[in-house]
Amino acid sequence: MHTYIEAIRKAARRLLTEKRVDAVIGFRKGTIPFMNEPVLVKHPDQVDQLTWDSHCGINLANYLGQRPGKVAVVAKGCDSRNIVVHLLENQIQRDQIYILGAPCKGMLDRRRLTAECRGREPHSVEEFDGRIRIKGRDLELDLERRAFLQDNCAICIHRNPVIHDELVGEPVAEQTGVDRYEDVRRVEQMTSEERWQYFDDLIAPCLRCYACRNVCPVCYCPTCFVDESKPQWVGKSVDPTDTRTFHLLRAYHVAGRCTDCGSCERACPVGIKVRQFTKKLERDILDLYGYEAGLIADQRPPLDTYRPGDPEGFIK
Amino acid sequence: MKEAYLAKDKLLPLVGLLMARYRVAAPVAVGDYHQFQILTQPEQLDLTYRNTRLSPKDLFHPQSEKLFRFSTAADDPDANILKEVERDQGPRLVFGIRPCDARALRLVDVNFDTADCQDPWWVERRRNTLLVGLGCTAPCATCFCSAVGSGPFDPGGLDLVLTELADGYAVAAASERGEALLADLDLLSALDQDRAAAAAEVQKTAAGTVARPFDPTPLGDKAMTELFQSPFWEEVAFSCINCGTCTFLCPTCWCFDIQDEVQKDAGVRLRNWDSCMFPLFTLHGSGHNPRQQKPQRVRQRFMHKFKYYIDKYGDGPACVGCGRCVQFCPVNIDIRQVVALMTARCVCPA
Amino acid sequence: MKNPYLPYPVRIDSIVTETEDRNLKTFKLVFLNPEDENKFAYQAGQFAELSVPGLGEIPIGIATSPTEKGFIMFTVNKVGKVSSHLHNMRPGDVMGVRGPLGNWYPWDKLKGKNVVIVGGGFAFTTLRSSIVYMLHPDNRADFGGITVVYGARNPGMLLYKDELVAWEKRDDILLHITVDGTNDPNWPYNVGFVPAITKTKAPSSDNAYAIVCGPPIMIKFTLPVLTDLGFAPDRIITSLEMRMKCGIGMCGRCNIGTEYVCKDGPVFTFEQLSRLPNEY
Repeated sequence: MHTYIEAIRKAARRLLTEKRVDAVIGFRKGTIPFMNEPVLVKHPDQVDQLTWDSHCGINLANYLGQRPGKVAVVAKGCDSRNIVVHLLENQIQRDQIYILGAPCKGMLDRRRLTAECRGREPHSVEEFDGRIRIKGRDLELDLERRAFLQDNCAICIHRNPVIHDELVGEPVAEQTGVDRYEDVRRVEQMTSEERWQYFDDLIAPCLRCYACRNVCPVCYCPTCFVDESKPQWVGKSVDPTDTRTFHLLRAYHVAGRCTDCGSCERACPVGIKVRQFTKKLERDILDLYGYEAGLIADQRPPLDTYRPGDPEGFIK
Repeated sequence: MKEAYLAKDKLLPLVGLLMARYRVAAPVAVGDYHQFQILTQPEQLDLTYRNTRLSPKDLFHPQSEKLFRFSTAADDPDANILKEVERDQGPRLVFGIRPCDARALRLVDVNFDTADCQDPWWVERRRNTLLVGLGCTAPCATCFCSAVGSGPFDPGGLDLVLTELADGYAVAAASERGEALLADLDLLSALDQDRAAAAAEVQKTAAGTVARPFDPTPLGDKAMTELFQSPFWEEVAFSCINCGTCTFLCPTCWCFDIQDEVQKDAGVRLRNWDSCMFPLFTLHGSGHNPRQQKPQRVRQRFMHKFKYYIDKYGDGPACVGCGRCVQFCPVNIDIRQVVALMTARCVCPA
Repeated sequence: MKNPYLPYPVRIDSIVTETEDRNLKTFKLVFLNPEDENKFAYQAGQFAELSVPGLGEIPIGIATSPTEKGFIMFTVNKVGKVSSHLHNMRPGDVMGVRGPLGNWYPWDKLKGKNVVIVGGGFAFTTLRSSIVYMLHPDNRADFGGITVVYGARNPGMLLYKDELVAWEKRDDILLHITVDGTNDPNWPYNVGFVPAITKTKAPSSDNAYAIVCGPPIMIKFTLPVLTDLGFAPDRIITSLEMRMKCGIGMCGRCNIGTEYVCKDGPVFTFEQLSRLPNEY
């Protein structure tokens, strides 16, 4: 990881000094364990703020949409796929971005790490040789990194950036033999009633803070459907019906565009596993259209494309 | 009676006693976190917590609350006339609230309980609820209550304060209602000198461990427009995703929206928590939005808590240093850093 | 404890379409319970929340003067969910009014002064309230000269047309009506933007206060004119608009710095505004 940091800073310094970009989007070290903060660096003498570690789960492509000028961005595999989606959807032009590709071995799940501390407060976290060492008050843990990856990272098969201008690290081996849809099958095997209860329990703590939506790179509508008033589609209270509507419809709106970056689950302040909605649609899109979001630079998402061979009967 | 002692083995029986007289809200373990809930059994109580994820403000200001009902039926003589929704305003007691959260309720009182206008629901609930606080023996690294005028055993805002000792709790009255309650409770014994000294020691140690990441004095001194026009807001706002996490978890955020919802012939007017982080918050019907840009909204939150509130009410900031926003902001915007920027005597250009 | 969120039930007595584009209508409202009218005692400059059950509430300036008894009037622009529904309502329909809310034009300070009123477009509603109030026989002697400049985009967009014509003829008020432009060759009044007409008519700032209400662009260009005429910032008064919900300074959304537009305003002097963040 140290080599990544060196490479990111070196590239940032060079790009800013040569004025090839106006700013570099990366992460700076967080103020609490398991967190880092996205940062916009504008001056070459500020690039030493930039860092990289296993707590960079937030998708930086979220900060690219409609951005003027030229910007460099550090992008993991999933982030780079979201950049492709942005390009397909005209949210930014290719010549505006300089992509610093960061091959990724998975990001750590801050919630699982916190839970492992069993109520004691972590003060610091270090990582080497595949182990994570957490220290705090009355707290010292030595954990296996692989056991604490974010859920989406554990099953990721696109760890290397699919688009980049330069890489800040060596490409990593892609995971093979990964079951990407175990969760989906588990839910599909439930009865209707069980499924209803499962999802109701899942979103019961939802505060309608919209962190999941706002951290998502493909949720960029100037007025989200939950904020429309003429007509008003969704109530704004925490009524379970309205909360269901929000989560179900958002999953549909990102279908075929979601890259399973896991930022939504990471952002949620109450730990809702919102990917339980999006994974199903991701699997369906794959089955129906053979499509994965953001892999091919000129292949539009299936739900905004019509092709004569499309299976839907109603459109024939 | 001003102080007493509660042995640990008397804790649950005491809670049971209180539950016979009040609806008791207390921290309950829910998954990996704790939450204030109305207890149905004393055993639900779990005081082995640092703080709840959601603040107890929703006991006084529920996230969604029906205010009025009305009918829209054409043949109803009372159609379109609002009627207040019945609610149970019976006596309640919050057991195990942290001093920061109790102080937060005081800070919010000035908004809902004014000389010429009272929010009837907030005011009633505050009047009907006793607050029994559990002071913080081991404040978190993210706490900064002492920097904003509070402290881990701050009695202001509480009726009783508990200090955890080896085998029980020192109980101190912090208000007249607290004194009356103490006098009226069985299962307590007298607080002997040793235990009183031990409690004082615990409190002193705790106060010494709370970080003070900034000195709030410059906030009062600096001009409002000077802070407003400071150059660092763009930088502070960059990572913000304008979600409602900080505002919803914050014990001193009170902003709300009023919405009408109708199903067939029956409607309700309800209020929901709202957030200055949302663009819709200040959107005019004409389409004009005074806070169209993200940095303007981010600036509003910090300016409100650490400048406008100070100037308007002459009290400290509208923040109790509970640290929830620090722990839960999805992008790790750290309020301690932002306020340090606001209080800095000299801000170096980015 | 009085519940400040509970509206007084009112009935729509009449609806008058004011403008030719039909986007502005004046609603005359009558209280269902006569004693509510006494409780609603208001001053010119205040506003109320018009409550349409099922849709929501909107903050609208009170267009009537407290001297007009038995009813209250509001001129509403159709911009959104609630106002659109309101525009489709009929006389006889029941709705609600919550108020009076906000502060009012500083009538105590205006006593014995000359009053200059500059209004544009549909911001004229509380100015109508003020003019009717001042012109009332009980009050007229309290004020010196009253000069009004009121303009709209074209003749069809002027509010309260009949009253304007009547006021223009009176000798106890100097009313300059203007439009930005018109195709009417017989247009008897001024043609020109409000700030320009204000400059031409040059009302004296001697012992005077100015009340300015209008779209931001009009205010932007009128302020320098008034300043050049000698009006100090604490003698230029305006009434601001903001998105509001509670109207009682509790929901938190309408603040400019420390001030809630619904409670500490909507009436402010420009001197007060100069000390607040420029965010409105």
